[in-house]
Amino acid sequence: MEPVLELKNVSAGYGRIQVLRDISLKAFPGEIVCMIGANGAGKSTTLMTICNVVTAARGDILYRGNRINGIKFSKLPPMGLCQVPEGRRIFPRLTVQENLELGAFFRKDSTRIQEDLDMVFDFFPILRERANQKGGTLSGGEQQMLAIGRALMSRPRVLLLDEPSLGLAPLLVGQIFNKITEINRQEGTTILLVEQNANVALKVSRRGYVLETGTVVMEDDVKNLLQNPDIRKAYLGE
Amino acid sequence: MTRGSSKAWIALGVGLVWFYLILWPLMGITPEGLQFIPSLVVWLKVAAAAFVLVSLNQLRTAGALAFIGKPTTAAWTEIRKIYKKVPVRVWISVVFFLALVFPLTTGRYEKDVVINVMIYVCLGLGLNIVIGLAGLLDLGYIAFYGVGAYTYALLSVHFQLSFWLCLPVAAVFAAVSGCIIGYPTLRMRGDYLAIVTLGFGEIVRLILNNWMSLTNGPNGILGIQPPGLYWPGFSSGLTLEYIWLKKLNYLYYVILALVVFTIIAVHRLNYSRIGRAWEAIREDETAAELMGVNTFTLKLLAYAMGAVFGGLAGAFFAARMRFVSPESFTFLESAMVLSMVILGGMGSIPGVILGALALIALPEAFRGFELYRMLAFGGAMVLMMIFRPSGFWPAKRMGQRSEERG
Ligand SMILES: Nc1ncnc2c1ncn2[C@@H]1O[C@H](COP(=O)(O)OP(=O)(O)OP(=O)(O)O)[C@@H](O)[C@H]1O
Ligand SMILES: [Mg+2]
Repeated sequence: MEPVLELKNVSAGYGRIQVLRDISLKAFPGEIVCMIGANGAGKSTTLMTICNVVTAARGDILYRGNRINGIKFSKLPPMGLCQVPEGRRIFPRLTVQENLELGAFFRKDSTRIQEDLDMVFDFFPILRERANQKGGTLSGGEQQMLAIGRALMSRPRVLLLDEPSLGLAPLLVGQIFNKITEINRQEGTTILLVEQNANVALKVSRRGYVLETGTVVMEDDVKNLLQNPDIRKAYLGE
Repeated sequence: MTRGSSKAWIALGVGLVWFYLILWPLMGITPEGLQFIPSLVVWLKVAAAAFVLVSLNQLRTAGALAFIGKPTTAAWTEIRKIYKKVPVRVWISVVFFLALVFPLTTGRYEKDVVINVMIYVCLGLGLNIVIGLAGLLDLGYIAFYGVGAYTYALLSVHFQLSFWLCLPVAAVFAAVSGCIIGYPTLRMRGDYLAIVTLGFGEIVRLILNNWMSLTNGPNGILGIQPPGLYWPGFSSGLTLEYIWLKKLNYLYYVILALVVFTIIAVHRLNYSRIGRAWEAIREDETAAELMGVNTFTLKLLAYAMGAVFGGLAGAFFAARMRFVSPESFTFLESAMVLSMVILGGMGSIPGVILGALALIALPEAFRGFELYRMLAFGGAMVLMMIFRPSGFWPAKRMGQRSEERG
């Protein structure tokens, strides 16, 4: 099977600081892949490089077989590639519904947009209750749901999720990850999940990448990663 | 005496000493030598007024004024209830009707001031799109006012084109210059954008000042025609006569129409899909772009739309003064319009109207103070910022950011 998203020997950084070195990774259609790593390993940078917010100095980024290096990042959601950035970054002074509608800003099919709005509300019923409340007044967990819902409004083929568990209580983390698997199953969305919380991330994924100081040090099925003693020690706290 | 009240008296004392320290050099150092009496007289008056105000405030906090305060707050809530019951449409109609009959009942001076206010309402609403909605701090906004004014001035003087024809042309020219200025500048953010727009505003003024062959430089352009109109005349049967709308009354209605048009247009933009996207850009530009919002094009659009209203106001300004010169388009004017938007309440249409009223009409009202006019005006601004920091009439949509609530 052809990967829907592939990074081939990508290097990137900020100015003269190089952060990513020779990253290669693949995401196949319909799967959940996760990338785990410590603080500052370069996980967010990888996602930002895929979306060309950070420019790749070397290497190819392929989406559905086409090279997408250098494509303006506002052009990616219309192509089906959407990111939920780290720290949610919802629009605090717009209402929940307006936030969601902005996810579909580039779309012209208003009846389908309405259907998708209903779909998001079915995934996250709390958002329907809060539809007319300002985004900034939601709790952290609700804001994370809003950020995911907003991205779903663009009908993504590939969804990039940056630390959805950030700052959430364990119970909520479980809820969010259930939703993520549900989205993956129901909509067939390919998900590239970036997490520090390796425990939950490895549970929901099929394959995983381990990132250390900007390079991929390990890549395997999660079964094997979960059994690997080094991983257990470094990331699962044993 | 409680601790709180002694605090207030100490603050009063410190404030008065400080006031005298700045007042004396201003008034006391004269070519004839050092004088103390005039500054002392003014100081005593201010001190007495401040003393009365602080005493009243002390009485109020001590509850001694409850016999006045309670009924007034009760009355105030009643008034609010009534106000809420009457639909907004009715209020708008009332204000509009008052605006319609205003010139019939007032003199030349009042009309002059109100026409001025309305020009600034157009400018303020235009700038409000750029600042209030899209969140772009533009310090050179007056350049578009200048472009509109000179467009009409030149077309009128050289080609005798009518005002009504030139109005859309001025708007288009302003929008085009908005795009030209915006294209290189809008890649910057925040403070950098402010500085660069400031520079571009000055560049436009310098061009107007120095392109002698086109703009006649600092001498300006004379002989601009007022708006004209075909009006049915009955002197020899029914004929259409072309009349010039020179009289202040006519000009008043022209700018009123322009203001109404601007308000409707800005209101519609406010609640459109594009308006939402502008707000998203203001909130978090990168996030908006990650959601597929083409932020650059939209920012350029905001800039151009703002410029359109500046251009319209400029064309009217030229037609009304029948003279334009670069002096009218200095940075001070940009700052004035900016203050109106901020003072009134960013993003709010009634706020901007109130802001224009306050900044244009208030200095007129303070004319009685002569030299101290600007001082009184400055004092009023400071008080305003203390008591209503988010503007006279803050926009409903613009609540606090979650991180501001603390
Ligand atoms: N805008 C920036 N400018 C310069 N350096 C940056 C910038 N953003 C990130 N970095 C650096 O790049 C490295 C990787 O950062 P990145 O945000 O990708 O880490 P991360 O793996 O997402 O970490 P975390 O789990 O804490 O989010 C860090 O050393 C960081 O200091
Ligand atoms: Mg990160």
